[in-house]
Amino acid sequence: MSQITTQEYWRWPEYRYTVPEKDWHNAKILTAGIDIGSVGSKAAVMLDGELYAYAVIRTGGVSEETAIKVTKWALEGTDLEIEKIHQVVGTGYGRVNVPFANRTITEIACHARGAHYVYGPTVRTVLDIGGQDCKAIRCDERGKVLSFLMNDKCAAGTGRGLEVFADLVGIPIQDLGKVSLQVEKEPQPVSNTCVVFAKAEALALLRQGWSKEKVAAAYHAAMADRITDLLTRVGVSKDFVITGGVSKNDGIVQRLSRLLNVKPLSPKIDPILAGAIGAALFAKALQEKHLGLR
Amino acid sequence: MITAGVDIGAKYVKIVLLKDKVLHRAKDVVGFDVCKSATTLFEDVLNKTGLSRVNVEKVGATGMGKNEIYHKPPIDASSTISEVFADAAGALYLLPSVRTVIDVGAEEGRGIRLGENGKVKDFVINERCAAGAGTFVETMARALEVGVDDMGPLSLKSTKAIPMNAQCAVFAESEVVSLIHSRVTKEDIARAIHDAMAGRIASMVLRVGVEEDVLLVGGVALNSGFLPSLKKELNTEIIVPEFPEYAGALGAALIAKTMDE
Amino acid sequence: MKAHYGYKDGSGDYFIVIDSDKCDGCGECINACPNGVLELILDEFDIEGGTMVAVKDEHRKKIKYSCAPCKPVSGERKIPCVLSCRTNAITHSW
Repeated sequence: MSQITTQEYWRWPEYRYTVPEKDWHNAKILTAGIDIGSVGSKAAVMLDGELYAYAVIRTGGVSEETAIKVTKWALEGTDLEIEKIHQVVGTGYGRVNVPFANRTITEIACHARGAHYVYGPTVRTVLDIGGQDCKAIRCDERGKVLSFLMNDKCAAGTGRGLEVFADLVGIPIQDLGKVSLQVEKEPQPVSNTCVVFAKAEALALLRQGWSKEKVAAAYHAAMADRITDLLTRVGVSKDFVITGGVSKNDGIVQRLSRLLNVKPLSPKIDPILAGAIGAALFAKALQEKHLGLR
Repeated sequence: MITAGVDIGAKYVKIVLLKDKVLHRAKDVVGFDVCKSATTLFEDVLNKTGLSRVNVEKVGATGMGKNEIYHKPPIDASSTISEVFADAAGALYLLPSVRTVIDVGAEEGRGIRLGENGKVKDFVINERCAAGAGTFVETMARALEVGVDDMGPLSLKSTKAIPMNAQCAVFAESEVVSLIHSRVTKEDIARAIHDAMAGRIASMVLRVGVEEDVLLVGGVALNSGFLPSLKKELNTEIIVPEFPEYAGALGAALIAKTMDE
Repeated sequence: MKAHYGYKDGSGDYFIVIDSDKCDGCGECINACPNGVLELILDEFDIEGGTMVAVKDEHRKKIKYSCAPCKPVSGERKIPCVLSCRTNAITHSW
């Protein structure tokens, strides 16, 4: 195998996992949730509503192929096959392109439901910041959506906004948040919301002699301000959680907690899977309905 | 009386020197130091016209950088004029029958409706989002790997109108790249870019109402590809004056003349 | 459920908020809108399904522009979709 020598700062690694102590042969209800996002695609396979296996990959050009690839990879090493799964729910941007899905459910509902699994039933506000959108969801004690908004028009406040910045300063995307916290005093946030203008502003600050850390802090602070604005529109109630790729960025998470005066719950499971898990839980409800159990 | 209008935009600084008619026009890219860029150009204008600062009785400043030179030597502008009023005054001078002014600059789009008397009746501004101004075309030109000046001529050679879905300059960049990959011609992509922006500018201008004559000014008016798209969107004749990018500076020079210090 | 359709960008906040608990699905707003911004969609929020009014996908990223004709800068503001709704299920954020 040849080694990749060129570094692309926006590129993140793919991964998969199987819960070792679980055996699917003992399960009554086998379900899967496939979340085809604009940037990443996730598959979660559940046994009687408990997570069994998952995979996270980058979304390819053809959503159908990505859906098959991510599910097969999640099942790798187990002898479970897609055909044996009772119900599959597709969600996310490319949800209609999951060829083996029994139903589609909007990612808003899946994220709320999935967040209840990942963080526990006390969750009332879910903030999901993905590669190309930002969602704010308020839900009740059953994970039912009470209020939501989704912003996928504008790159500001999305992972894409961070990718643009990572490229500008030449810092790998996964280190960006940490770097933004390496300042003694928080600088004034970047004044432009628009990513195109904010990038130009950041460049001007670098030329003025600001350190990369300080510019990163100003950029992250502006992003956190903007996300806070969006969140207050749907209302913030406790407990509060952050899912999606940007939840891995400590620079955003810490600033948001400060601004909103809420501490996000820590996940028991990788929160990037929330949508896929939610979809798999809807699939379980679907199967229970099918069996006349509900 | 000689007056000057200095319009410090997001991308260019424009200067108009006015006596009874326009004596001189000049523009240059705004550099890192806004005040210095304006000053250098101002001094250059004085040199070329054989004048010195004392010969210019009043200087009107407009554009987003106007406060950088207001009462600050060496330019020491005597007044600051809002971009809307500068545009309106400049437009009326260029075309007395004008009723609707559309100014599309690098970072801002404006629609201004004038009454019978030439007074500003209504205006609307689209700012702080790159999708609604010249920066959009520039960013897309980079994605297309063509010069921004080639966008107009390319677009005019297009044979097919195709839609663009992204409403954000950052997302539109990826869309342009995928259009290139799916073998859509650069000509058609250039037109799609102009159509998309014209659609946004037109919807904005509709909020103030469109009445003829319609004048298009600002740097984007120099882009020959944008005009047909906008005409089609608004379904009206649109006049582009000579030197459209100087409308604001011209208006500032005209208004400065009438203002007390 | 309060569904916020629209966006925030550098220029401002543009959301049409539809309260699905108030909306009875009569479709008057769909007829009232001169720009075809609204539609009746399948409820994809639960496995039960049903229908609900929503902002069409193709307008969600540009409602500032799609709704511009109903929002003149001066003069009285009469937003047809809001006025047509008997149950006050529709509000605009701008």
